[in-house]
Amino acid sequence: MAKNDLVSGSIWDEYSNQVVNRMNNPQHQGEITEQRAKELNAKLIIADFGAESCGDAVRLYWAVDEATDKILESKFKSFGCGTAIASSDVMAELCIGKTVDEAVKITNIDVEKALRDEPDTPAVPPQKMHCSVMAYDVIKKAASQYKGVDMESFEEEEIVCECARVSLATIKEVIRINDLKTVEEITDYTKAGAFCKSCIKPGGHEEKDIYLVDILADTRASMEEDRLKTAADASANGDLSFDKMTLVQRIKAIDTVLDEDIRPMLVMDGGNMEIIDIKENLPHYDLYIRYLGACSGCASGSTGTLYAIESILQQKIDENLRVLPI
Amino acid sequence: MEVYLDNNATTAVDPAVYEQMKPFFCDIFGNPNSLHRFGAGTHPKMMEALDYLYSGINADDEDDIVITGNATESINTVIKGIWIDKILNADKNHIIVSEVEHPAVTATCKFLESQGVSVTYLPVNEEGIVDVQSVKQYLREDTALVSIMWANNETGKIFPIEEIGQICKEAGVLFHSDATQAIGKIPVDVQKANVDFISFSAHKFHGPKGVGGLYIKKGNKLTPLLHGGEQMGGKRAGTVDVASMVGMGFAMKLAVEALEYEATEVKRLRDKLESAILELPETVVIGGVNNRTPNTTLISIRGVEGESMLWDLNQKGIGASTGSACASEDLEANPVMNAFGSDSELAHTGVRFSLSRFNTEEQIDYAIEAIIGAVKRLRNLSSSYAYAPESHKSGL
Repeated sequence: MAKNDLVSGSIWDEYSNQVVNRMNNPQHQGEITEQRAKELNAKLIIADFGAESCGDAVRLYWAVDEATDKILESKFKSFGCGTAIASSDVMAELCIGKTVDEAVKITNIDVEKALRDEPDTPAVPPQKMHCSVMAYDVIKKAASQYKGVDMESFEEEEIVCECARVSLATIKEVIRINDLKTVEEITDYTKAGAFCKSCIKPGGHEEKDIYLVDILADTRASMEEDRLKTAADASANGDLSFDKMTLVQRIKAIDTVLDEDIRPMLVMDGGNMEIIDIKENLPHYDLYIRYLGACSGCASGSTGTLYAIESILQQKIDENLRVLPI
Repeated sequence: MEVYLDNNATTAVDPAVYEQMKPFFCDIFGNPNSLHRFGAGTHPKMMEALDYLYSGINADDEDDIVITGNATESINTVIKGIWIDKILNADKNHIIVSEVEHPAVTATCKFLESQGVSVTYLPVNEEGIVDVQSVKQYLREDTALVSIMWANNETGKIFPIEEIGQICKEAGVLFHSDATQAIGKIPVDVQKANVDFISFSAHKFHGPKGVGGLYIKKGNKLTPLLHGGEQMGGKRAGTVDVASMVGMGFAMKLAVEALEYEATEVKRLRDKLESAILELPETVVIGGVNNRTPNTTLISIRGVEGESMLWDLNQKGIGASTGSACASEDLEANPVMNAFGSDSELAHTGVRFSLSRFNTEEQIDYAIEAIIGAVKRLRNLSSSYAYAPESHKSGL
């Protein structure tokens, strides 16, 4: 929230001139009849797609030359807001002259960009991006009908943010590579979640199969698991430094040294010791211990014995270890 | 021509109201709490404004009408005040409201739910109003407050406030009504209706924006929302906006005087507009035509999405409104539209026209022509209307 967000303007003010013009005078509205398709010696395709989120719907007509798979004519009808009509109009236009395989490659980003007045200024406000997604989806539907295949077969990747066309794999990758910790960071890196925001978490205007918050949590959990595995492997090989160890690994490492080099010495005199806690006090690691048996009342527990324990641990584990009896 | 048909959103300030307000900006500007003549000079007009407000809703002299910033503040004061007085400090924990209340009510209740309060959201019937018996049915031992709007902002449907008030009175439960869409359109009598609190806003009846009122029946205690000075009898701190208060009072006077005109002439123009639209095939008044405020009609026009209709009308200089999802920032369909059932097309085709006493016959004639033109264009474009049986499309 900042100054520019305090007074909300009309969303119509954020429409590009292209959107306004195409809303007022769509060039490719209408339908292609069987008769017309026959005149063109083409196959007629009629595809419907509806966006449950806002109730908009679009019907796309194609006349396709079966010899070349080329879309000879493309028209639409639309039940929707101004953005839906404008997106459908430009979508129909982009299809003309392309083969069905080429048309399938038209994304909602292509539709939205074609509606821009300036290359870097979005054609519609963020919450209206989903209208261009509907145009994208109906092309897939038309192509699937023409080819007799499932719509999903055109989707090579699982798309999480449909507005920005960001895939699940991409999101996972940027989280891992850049060690991202928040959804805002994901949006900064990928634009996922920057537009209609439905993919961020449940409760938006559109229900999703997967949300950014879950991807982040799962990926972070997986990264932590990998880190622990790596640490465990390295620890087992003995080539892990103390600062890279987990807390359990640190305790284990210290206990091993205690068992091998220190406890036998203490036990000989009827004493022993136990670890209470390890706290990072960088650059130091403070090891809190308690003396047991004869050691608990021994005067050298805070002088000679303590010095011996600390020296051995510093020598064998890390020079920054400090031992604090309590 | 410009035609404003969105008077349930806000109204133009009546020029006569503006004249009453003008002296209180530069000439009579003293703080009304000051002892000197500059402050005290405001008092006669403030008292006159209160007189208009009290008589406008038939409040008793012993009742309170607190001047607030708007109806939302009045509503928050009531609901949060009840929460503090009856829920936090007593053994009650339940509030009843309708599903179609303004967000000022429902969002406040959602907040209180997060604080552990139990809230029942009553559905509306096929006419879009709360059934009296359902209020009775959901009353509980621990119900602290019932809050039901007097008239609905989208449909104009008038709720059975007197009967609900009687039920609450018999049950010993406090009753609040958001009368924001009722005042200036139909008579509002707080004595007859058995209400403990009502909220209203000046800009809905040709007063200025930024000022509202809260009626509190005598004997009802209420913790203020705003603490500070002792203005408004300690019930609402903050220096009173004298110009706005004077404007609201005078607007109330004029609105009450114009009720007969609303019920006859405004209704006649609304009905003329509505009938012309209903002559188009596949159109219907949402909630039905009975028992409505005289200025409002919410019409579903099959195949015509709400925002695109507004767009076309705007090109012709006409301002209207829609509960359609695509016109709002969050894309959620208006709860009033959703309350009428699961017909998703209905929820996206509603266009609301709300008139005022400033609309003219010429404007309505112009609007009718523009609306028919827009419906033709958009139905020609519409994929949805393309599915409708041909027999339903005669004339268009």
